[in-house]
Amino acid sequence: MTIKKKNQKRKPVSNSSTIHLTVNGQAYSLNIGSRPGEVETCHTLSHTLRETLGLTGTKISCDNGACGACTVIMDGKAILSCKTLTVECDGKSITTIEGLRDAETGGLDPLQQAFIDNTAFQCGFCTPGMIMTSKALLNENPHPTEEEVKEALSGNFCRCVSHYQVVRSVMSVADKGRQQ
Amino acid sequence: MTETYRYIGKPIPRRDAVDIVTGAAEYMDDRKFPGLLHGKVLRSPYAHARIKKIDKSKAEALPGVKAILTWQDIPDYRGGTPRNVRILDSKVRCVGDAVALIAAETEEIAEEALELIDVEYEVLPAVFDIDSALKPGAPAVYDEYPDNILPGGTIIYGPNCLKGVVRGDVEKGFAEAEVIAEGTFGYENIPNAIPPESVGAVAQWQDPDKVTIWGTSQAPYMDKVTLFHVFNRDVDIRSIGSHVGGGFGTKIQCWQVEAYAILLSKAAKRPVKVAFTKEEHIANFVLRLGSRIHARVGMKRDGTLTAIQGTWYVDTGYYSFTTQAQVAIGSGELMIMAQCPNWDLKNHIVVTNRNASGSMRGFGGQELKCSFIPLLSLAMEKAGLDPFEVLKKNFVKPGGGYYWRDGVFYNFRGIDFSKAMDKGAETFGWKEKWKGWLKPTAVDGVKRRGIGVGVHGNADIGEDASEAYVQLGYNGTATIFLCVAEHGTGQKSNYVKMAAEVLKIPPERISMTPADTLVTPFEFGPVGSRGTYAIGSAVINAAENARQQLLEMAAPKLGVTADELDTADGVVFVKNDRAKGIKWRMMGNDRTILGYGRFEPDFTMCNMMMSFVEVEIDTETGKVDLIRVVNATDVGKIIDPQGLEGQLNACFGTAGIDSAIFEETILDRRTGHIVNANMIDYKWRTFSELPVIDHVVLETPFPSHRFHAVGVGEIATSPGPSAVLMAVSNALGTWMHEYPMTPDRVLKALGKIGSKASGKGGTK
Repeated sequence: MTIKKKNQKRKPVSNSSTIHLTVNGQAYSLNIGSRPGEVETCHTLSHTLRETLGLTGTKISCDNGACGACTVIMDGKAILSCKTLTVECDGKSITTIEGLRDAETGGLDPLQQAFIDNTAFQCGFCTPGMIMTSKALLNENPHPTEEEVKEALSGNFCRCVSHYQVVRSVMSVADKGRQQ
Repeated sequence: MTETYRYIGKPIPRRDAVDIVTGAAEYMDDRKFPGLLHGKVLRSPYAHARIKKIDKSKAEALPGVKAILTWQDIPDYRGGTPRNVRILDSKVRCVGDAVALIAAETEEIAEEALELIDVEYEVLPAVFDIDSALKPGAPAVYDEYPDNILPGGTIIYGPNCLKGVVRGDVEKGFAEAEVIAEGTFGYENIPNAIPPESVGAVAQWQDPDKVTIWGTSQAPYMDKVTLFHVFNRDVDIRSIGSHVGGGFGTKIQCWQVEAYAILLSKAAKRPVKVAFTKEEHIANFVLRLGSRIHARVGMKRDGTLTAIQGTWYVDTGYYSFTTQAQVAIGSGELMIMAQCPNWDLKNHIVVTNRNASGSMRGFGGQELKCSFIPLLSLAMEKAGLDPFEVLKKNFVKPGGGYYWRDGVFYNFRGIDFSKAMDKGAETFGWKEKWKGWLKPTAVDGVKRRGIGVGVHGNADIGEDASEAYVQLGYNGTATIFLCVAEHGTGQKSNYVKMAAEVLKIPPERISMTPADTLVTPFEFGPVGSRGTYAIGSAVINAAENARQQLLEMAAPKLGVTADELDTADGVVFVKNDRAKGIKWRMMGNDRTILGYGRFEPDFTMCNMMMSFVEVEIDTETGKVDLIRVVNATDVGKIIDPQGLEGQLNACFGTAGIDSAIFEETILDRRTGHIVNANMIDYKWRTFSELPVIDHVVLETPFPSHRFHAVGVGEIATSPGPSAVLMAVSNALGTWMHEYPMTPDRVLKALGKIGSKASGKGGTK
């Protein structure tokens, strides 16, 4: 039998309060409640990003913390947005795949460009999660070894098998950093 | 081949590349619909039961619930092959079979409502595998099929649909044989391709009889065709495809989830989305066929096959949609890899009380090969023959042939793949590593290495019809009208490349319509291996047709005949006098040139993939590590080098090689529950355990379309699993009979735990 998707029961919230989030540099104030546009206590961050803020670049695949498709960066760390409750994100700063382009020029992040140059995707569904995981790695460790890249991505599921091209992409950015 | 191309074979970024890396690519679930309701499915906790009573009153009273449907609320709409599977029925036939459908304002409300429906079941005895289903007196999954065997054949392959292989005289063949092997081998671990995007659909009903669906299908036009029949041919269906988050052949058929959304939208008068959770996707969508063969193979000492006789048992789970088709294709594919004059290969399609098996890359052929090649190996072992040589010798060559799905024998007019196979063996180092049957390649302390080889070929590169339009724009642009949803192969970009090559305009100047059946002509879809030759031909033909109309329009203006003209970069010019030309603008902005292209099915050629694998086994833990893979193929002409690499790398994922090592769907045979229907317990290979993979890709021109190419991506997964079984058997020094070769099976085979691995096979 299938496992129930939501871990939390819906709880009516009587005393409305507000969560403040920064997503891709933009500040959001979201009310906690069950009306449209509000955040229910059972809402995951991935749900809020996609359904409430309309940022559908973040993908939901397993919705159970196993596949990494929903990875976003929160306060510098790669996190699984399907295993994070939005109500726990008050005051946090979040970057999603939509926020990787250069805010001023609109240019692609070098990692995004490397994924294009190496065709590091097939169906593309896991790609936003792959890029966000890799981005967080490179932020922390600008010159990872290939083994470190593979280790960082070991929680990201890709079924088309673009792994080899993904590793090549991340390494090309890492190597570029090393040369500078 | 000295032909030079502007775009074909060049590494050009995919057209959707920026959208994919920025998150802008739109998959079904990313679409926004005003007033959208969310649908959920109440699923059976029992593998086999009659629904005695359903009370939905409490659920209906829940605020926000907009529609609840049970089998009593809907007409007798049926799908499946034969068409006997009701969308909702008074009987459930597997754990997770649909009992009721709910549409509500939010997913949360719909989920809450599920729990408020009271169902009274009369639980029935169930059958969970081939043996229990075929036992005399076994409970019948369908009253119509008391012996649990479905009729063979599928109407779409015609009245003589291939139902097995009967040819020559097997008695004579066995009399001529110098070695005969007999045995039983199974590939019954029903692995799951698990595309990352779960299946789902949005439906928007419009009274009295129209509906639009936005699905996750890799073949949106076929949704229209399938659903048209499911809904008794009285609903007008418009099907719109999106980016598809992986299909791997499974998303040919999304008819059930689409039907749920359609019925709920009709009832609620609002758009409804039904998106399966990953658990539903794994437990209630589609698995590989369960496959078991009991057969005899006769062979001469030089590896010439003389006779193949036996029965292929196919477990299709609780219903079939494509299984009969897969049996037809799989049987034909076996003939492609085993050129033998005498055949008597029957099959039985068995229904059992578990989730359905059906379409997945390898489409029957992979499942049959995984059972057959081990049996063939017994004969090769007896004759002391190198399996690489035997597989190479018996693969179809010019002058050979095979029965295909329509029951017709086709004389093969493709190329000789021996060169690619030889090159693959050389790259792998096969000759140096092969030590003989059941002999490890190397032993190092507790570690043992073994090698294996497998092969697969598929004549569906030219299956089914395709149609396309190409419209030329007066400013030197073009638009392709084609019903293809990009599902990861990059083929949409390749069709643009092909049209660009024909019209000699840059790909950036070519647009493509969305996959929308209201806009495009018929398209069977990029399924099987047909994307490159079949769909490619339709696009090429449409572009050529448009080009010809253009030249004919220009000819009188230039005072020559059309055959004296050529066109490039938006200019029509005289071939012998390039200075004499006229821009496409001459057609005027008030005129449309629309080329039409069609591909008619052609079963006379196949593709080929040979996989060489090396495994290392830890004899203390029983763990099998995949060390190295070499895939060898010949594609005629590479269209898209990076896309091809990705497709071939896919050999271990999507229920491919890893279905021989650790991928399996684990069914609790007491209750019928799938116990690993989630992505933690269903095992998949991570970045940390990538084997070394090399691909040998030759380009011997095929007599296909003008670029001489054929598709091959589909079959990347197919030769590998049986190669692993061979490699593990060689490393261990004993025959393995079952997949996957998990540590407990390996340790059993080594005699370290329990009894020896079940020894169903044997030689005589």
